[in-house]
Amino acid sequence: MSNTSNAKREKGAGSKTASRAMDKVHASLRKRYRAEKRFRAYGLISVVVGILFLVVLMASILAKGYPAFRQTFITLDVYLDPGVIDPEGSRDAEVLRLADYNRLVRGSLQIIFPDASGRTERRKLVALVSNGAPFQIQGLVMEDPSLVGQTLTLEVPASGDLDMLMKGRIDRSLPESERRLSDLQIGWVDTLIEQGRIHKRWNKALMTRGDSRDPEMAGIWGAVKGSFYMLVVTLLLSFPIGVAAAVYLDEFAPRNRWTDLIEININNLAAVPSIVFGLLGLAVFLNFFGMPRSAPLVGGLVLAVMTLPTVIISSRAALTSVPPSIREAALGMGASKMQATFHHVVPLAIPGMLTGTIIGMARALGESAPLLMIGMVAFIVDVPQGFMDPATALPVQIYLWADSPERAFVERTSAAILVLLAFLIAMNALAIYLRRRFERRW
Amino acid sequence: MEAATMSRDKKARSEQSAQAATRKTASSLFGTDRSSDVPDSTVGVITHDDPVFTCRSVDVFYANKQAIFGVDLDIGRHEVISMIGPSGCGKSTFLRCLNRMNDTIAIARVTGRIELDGQDILDSRIDVVPLRARVGMVFQKPNPFPKSIYENVAYGPRIHGLARDRVELDEIVHTSLERAGLLKEVKDRMDQPGTGLSGGQQQRLCIARAIAVSPEVILMDEPCSALDPIATARIEDLIDELKENYTICIVTHSMQQAARVSQRTAYFHLGYLVEVDETDKIFTNPSHKLTEDYITGRFG
Ligand SMILES: Nc1ncnc2c1ncn2[C@@H]1O[C@H](COP(=O)(O)OP(=O)(O)O)[C@@H](O)[C@H]1O
Ligand SMILES: [Mg+2]
Repeated sequence: MSNTSNAKREKGAGSKTASRAMDKVHASLRKRYRAEKRFRAYGLISVVVGILFLVVLMASILAKGYPAFRQTFITLDVYLDPGVIDPEGSRDAEVLRLADYNRLVRGSLQIIFPDASGRTERRKLVALVSNGAPFQIQGLVMEDPSLVGQTLTLEVPASGDLDMLMKGRIDRSLPESERRLSDLQIGWVDTLIEQGRIHKRWNKALMTRGDSRDPEMAGIWGAVKGSFYMLVVTLLLSFPIGVAAAVYLDEFAPRNRWTDLIEININNLAAVPSIVFGLLGLAVFLNFFGMPRSAPLVGGLVLAVMTLPTVIISSRAALTSVPPSIREAALGMGASKMQATFHHVVPLAIPGMLTGTIIGMARALGESAPLLMIGMVAFIVDVPQGFMDPATALPVQIYLWADSPERAFVERTSAAILVLLAFLIAMNALAIYLRRRFERRW
Repeated sequence: MEAATMSRDKKARSEQSAQAATRKTASSLFGTDRSSDVPDSTVGVITHDDPVFTCRSVDVFYANKQAIFGVDLDIGRHEVISMIGPSGCGKSTFLRCLNRMNDTIAIARVTGRIELDGQDILDSRIDVVPLRARVGMVFQKPNPFPKSIYENVAYGPRIHGLARDRVELDEIVHTSLERAGLLKEVKDRMDQPGTGLSGGQQQRLCIARAIAVSPEVILMDEPCSALDPIATARIEDLIDELKENYTICIVTHSMQQAARVSQRTAYFHLGYLVEVDETDKIFTNPSHKLTEDYITGRFG
């Protein structure tokens, strides 16, 4: 470097100034490179920090949530005592339904632990088994009344507390008064373990049932179905309306003060906090139109109103990205405006519109605030069977469970979050796939 | 030949003198230096014995800005007329008046009279759909639809209901591709996307697409400006063949191209039609100073 500049200096005045300029350039160059390096470092640090947060979040949810997918079961020999179930022998469905199955469960536990006596001890013993166990037996008997009189070896769900003990979430070293299971109960559990009566199985209830007061019987299926019905309504409304509005605004509407106003309003609506849409739903759909509370139909309507601006904006972006030369080509052939739009422009914009819609739907799926206002934050046990049945949604279910004091609900909360995230990731992946698959270069 | 030109000349003069007055007001309103060199009326022969288009005092405005000033021009049947001039002089704008493509630009406004076989196409009651079927267009950048080659050509006949059945449609597609000199290259891959062809092939596909609806006139706006010389030569040959059956108006910025393909040439300058005449005359013996400057490359 110094050699070359020396050589240059020897070549008279012109090259001297040139070399001086080059020195300056080199000096400033070093500074510029340093600035660039610094900037890259900042960028890298922020990316790493971001990823770190994400990893910590995902790891903690996964660690908390995955045990919920397995549930502790107790193997019991249940004698279906005809004297308890159906003393008259009528085998009438109503009689079978109303029979005292609790007593059967208690009976089979007492056979294992004959020492347990007195009301409190017996209650503590029964508390090891889920409140769902009698319903399980009831279901079996009602399906096949001929079982009455036999002894069945059944796997019944353990209570949430026992499940927590098995998963190491209840600390045996704590003083008895601070545990949810007493020494006596822990002793019984140990006996059950010795007898090989305790197993962990796939937690079917979590995936197939609605909400419940008992964590071991609580499932997300009701919420998933509620979310599903809502999204169906949202999709059916927001996609066609949004696309029609976008096509009209972009291809047909005259450009004037009114369309400008509409455009500004749509952009502003996209930024309105979602709870406001809930208030709108409460005022319009519930109070004015008198629609039922907690119904997925209303939830879907509210979410559709909320997603519409997103769908319109992304559809318009998709339409604008179709090159004008395509429109000109069609119009120049003598296609009418309508034909040019629907034969050529819209088909090319559809992937972009779908991508936008899916992202809007993903947002709607994760939304809970507007649902607060229309009564969808409710304890609903029955799995909804249609658009008018009371229902909750996945994020609302998460919110409700996160509020419950039982330990067993903590892991179910995380499990529900995992399921919600799985849906969201699937939807976003679909959007990315669509974009990649149909992306065109002009 | 000489006599005919003379008589045409006379007719033109008498018509133009009527317009000179309006031309002056226009230049005093808008023009300062801008139009100072522009002649009061178009030099040369604006008329044609057998005109397809008869344009009289055509003005085009983009919002308040005037882009075309009182153009008078006849376009003859089965002739190739080229329009040349520096960029921004309004060649495309004028061309797009002829099939009312300017309607697609909200701020554009066209006034005056443009007759296609005696019918004023600027009349707002005229339906542009059949007009554009009669007056096809080929654009500067090849713009095939992102569909198959077959679908590209079949689109026009289909929307205009030109074919009764699939067999007839196939025939139209084949003859159109044949005439556009593309059939040999694409006949084994009719179902492949038109956008996958080379630039020159794409432009010929666009020409095939335009002639598939059997137009009377084909407007071409710098059809070769995005093509290499070989593809350009093919298009020029094609234009030569097509002039047997079609009237062709071609905008070009290549004077060699204008000289090669056209019988008449119109020179535009800053929105004015300065001179129009037989191509030979324009390139060998232009009458107006501006034309001469342009073709000798003094500016452009
Ligand atoms: N869509 C448009 N909006 C406004 N002005 C335009 C538009 N198209 C063309 N112009 C103007 O009209 C004049 C003529 O343009 P154009 O016809 O494209 O010229 P050329 O094709 O000869 O290069 C130019 O001054 C240009 O700026
Ligand atoms: Mg142009």
